[in-house]
Amino acid sequence: MDWPFLTRTAGELLCGVPLTLRLAGTALCIGFLLAASIAALAQSRHAPLRWSARIYVGLFQGTPLLVQIFIIYYGFGQVEFLRASILWPFLAQAYWCAILALSLNTSAYGAEIIRGAIAAVPRNEVEAARAMGMSGFLLQRRIIWPQALRHGLANYGNEANLLLKATSLASVITLMDVTGIAYRLVAKTYRSEEIFTIAGMIYLCLAFVIAVCVHMLERYLRPGGRV
Amino acid sequence: MKASSLALVGFGVDGWGRLLLMAAGLTLAAALCSFAIGAMLGTAGAVLKLSSVATLRWIGTFYTTVFRGIPEILVVYLFYFGGSLALTHLMHLAGFPGFFSLPSFVIGVLAIGLVSGAYQTETYRSAYLRLERGQVEAGLACGMGRVVLLWRIIAPQTLRFALPALGNIWQSVLKETALLSIIGLVELLRQSTIAAGATRQPLLFYGTAACVYLVMGQVTGIGIRSVERHLSRYRGR
Repeated sequence: MDWPFLTRTAGELLCGVPLTLRLAGTALCIGFLLAASIAALAQSRHAPLRWSARIYVGLFQGTPLLVQIFIIYYGFGQVEFLRASILWPFLAQAYWCAILALSLNTSAYGAEIIRGAIAAVPRNEVEAARAMGMSGFLLQRRIIWPQALRHGLANYGNEANLLLKATSLASVITLMDVTGIAYRLVAKTYRSEEIFTIAGMIYLCLAFVIAVCVHMLERYLRPGGRV
Repeated sequence: MKASSLALVGFGVDGWGRLLLMAAGLTLAAALCSFAIGAMLGTAGAVLKLSSVATLRWIGTFYTTVFRGIPEILVVYLFYFGGSLALTHLMHLAGFPGFFSLPSFVIGVLAIGLVSGAYQTETYRSAYLRLERGQVEAGLACGMGRVVLLWRIIAPQTLRFALPALGNIWQSVLKETALLSIIGLVELLRQSTIAAGATRQPLLFYGTAACVYLVMGQVTGIGIRSVERHLSRYRGR
């Protein structure tokens, strides 16, 4: 074991952690907002809105994330009106392309989770609340959302972990996250086993931290579980 | 513009259609091989995780935790760089000088298969646990041996329980083969990149690739769902 090399490599790879976390965190937030809107569309009274939500989810779940990243990063540059629009300064950067692709991708999976969580709220509780005279937003806020949150949290935590792993694809479009740095180091030193193993361990640790956070949040949200 | 785009992805003289179709075939082949390797590893993993020996359970848990926790791209890279180095090292020991490398198809399929095996382990394990104990006992009471019991009672039902989740794993394996484009395998995405570079039409070709992935996923999904219906035809649901 070449300890000096291992510690030096670990130090260099850890420099990529902030970018990895920033990609995952930003995409998680934007993705959640999108997912909530799409889940709302999927519940709409109007069939075309429901269909559009279904198509959106199908498109992003049915194609590889790498293809989505390439379409946004390489393909959008071909579109004249995008190049002329105020969005171009963002879309010309790999970072924002990665954020966009990851957000759109995770929102499709998130929408399904939210839809399932809302569908799992017992019908009779909703009816009871209606009978008490609750309607619209109050019903959502007091009855549906708290239960859906509790029900969907574990699944959403799982999705957050998948998203963390997915951020590694951003390295393909030149971003220097943990995977990007690992690839560069391997190209320089050819010591692939050590470097990729350390990179893998970093991802495992991050996934563990996310899992612990989700677990703590779950305990906090459990009825009567606030300690 | 419209007509020329169509010609570019079409099957004409200057169309990329034939190459893209062949590449799609390679994608499908890679996905099938990966899924098959994953099924073998998944079965082995489930046996380990269900074992009564703590060490074996621990190995199974280690496998699923690690390979579900690290990004697939790292596994692919590790196999791509590490695989050739290990092979070269092995060949040097055997007395063959020079540099040896495995075909990227083999490397990629092994890597994706290993990851998919970790997910399939969980699927088979939970499917096995859903099996009613009474049926196994009834089989034993009828005098079935271990092999007959496995073949007639355990395997068919476990497979039926596992099928919906296996369908999801298949879809993700199909999409993960896109990662093999970065280790130089000319599958669908790589071929699209080549075409996009040659014609300077990335949107067109990546869009086409996305459509082909969608169609492959949908068609195989319909197939899997019909198998599911066929297997559960004697059940009330």
